[in-house]
Amino acid sequence: MSYVTKSPWIIHYDGSSCNGCDIEVLACLTPMYDVERFGIINTGNPKHADIFLVTGSVNEQNINVVKQIYEQMPEPKVVVAIGICATSGGIFKECYNVMGGIDTVIPVDVYVPGCAARPEAIIDGVVKGLGVLAEKRAAMDQKPAAPAEAEEKEEA
Amino acid sequence: MNLATSIIGIAAYLILAPLAGGLLAGIDRKISARMQGRFGPPVLQPFYDFFKLLEKEPITVNKVQDFYVMCFLIFIVITGCFFFAGGDLLLIIFTLTLASIFLVVAAFSSNSPYAQIGAERELLQMMAYEPMVLIMAVGFYLVNGSFNISDIVTSPVMAIQYLPGIFLGFVFILTIKLRKSPFDLSMSHHAHQELVKGLTTEFSGKTMAVIEIAHWYENIFLLGFVYLFFANALAWSPVLAVVVCLATYFLEILIDNNYARMKWQIAINASWIVAITLGFVNLLILYFIS
Repeated sequence: MSYVTKSPWIIHYDGSSCNGCDIEVLACLTPMYDVERFGIINTGNPKHADIFLVTGSVNEQNINVVKQIYEQMPEPKVVVAIGICATSGGIFKECYNVMGGIDTVIPVDVYVPGCAARPEAIIDGVVKGLGVLAEKRAAMDQKPAAPAEAEEKEEA
Repeated sequence: MNLATSIIGIAAYLILAPLAGGLLAGIDRKISARMQGRFGPPVLQPFYDFFKLLEKEPITVNKVQDFYVMCFLIFIVITGCFFFAGGDLLLIIFTLTLASIFLVVAAFSSNSPYAQIGAERELLQMMAYEPMVLIMAVGFYLVNGSFNISDIVTSPVMAIQYLPGIFLGFVFILTIKLRKSPFDLSMSHHAHQELVKGLTTEFSGKTMAVIEIAHWYENIFLLGFVYLFFANALAWSPVLAVVVCLATYFLEILIDNNYARMKWQIAINASWIVAITLGFVNLLILYFIS
């Protein structure tokens, strides 16, 4: 059994969202929904996070931020795109500065569409993400001694 | 205390302290959640977090920081062993300081601005609580005529009768040591915007797990100091002491949930004022009546 599914820590990043989805993400932490009962903590630190929640589309300004947060997260990690903008670009898809959904920049594991996505849907998406997290963890065990750099990734 | 009881004390601490510390952390999170009107995580959640961290990919900024974090754990455990073997109170206080310094050096070595702010604040916190901790050691010496914990717990007098001010002062700085609001300046769970994660920003995976288990060890012997105020030669005093330890921890949770984080200036001023008014005055009175 993998403990990663029992203690998923989340980092939340607002791409170019209208804040609608962000408010719903934060609503998950309130007494009404209380995701901490699944062991979920909203951490502000990518290095402690297991699940990356992104709201809003990716634009020219934040493309590097999204990439950096993703790269700083240690494996196993899962990306959950929250809201229709993060899924496909939504109504901003045609904008000159918008790249589209999060999957144009980093691999996305779970899509939670909606405008705004409801807290129930977000929790459901995160719980679906836990399944992916467990699979990725199992995959890490199967090829433990791949390249030497995977064993200890060192940053400058 | 003879050699056999010392060894039993050390063995019990090494095995039971992480279990009790983790459980205490879980109960802490559950009670905090209930105080906020939430259901809260399972009581065993800190253990899940710990094993999860062990499963994560190791990422280190530089290799030396893992060494320092390991030293932090080792010296925390050594400090606790001295304590539960009935060792010298002054030695315990200074090895504890050494352990904390290792964590600060580990954070500084990463060169990350957030970790450095956290480390800087950790140093300020140490400045805030150290005077009170030293006054506590002097107080125990004046009451029992010995710095040895084995003498303190077998003494005929109950230290709290002579050291009420020092006890209150120690409970005050315990808020800093247990990393509770309003003094959780250096590595708060709640200061995302300002600190990211402060002291522990650059630690992840196994390194973070080491820090977690070190904190469990640390919390248990910090409550051991509270125990010292009540334990004496009387048979029922350990029971009273344990009850007071739990009540103190509950009080800290209550304070944690009722206060926002304060500035470091307030932390230093408040703890020094408490150390002078409660601690030092208590010492003076003790000096004149003895």
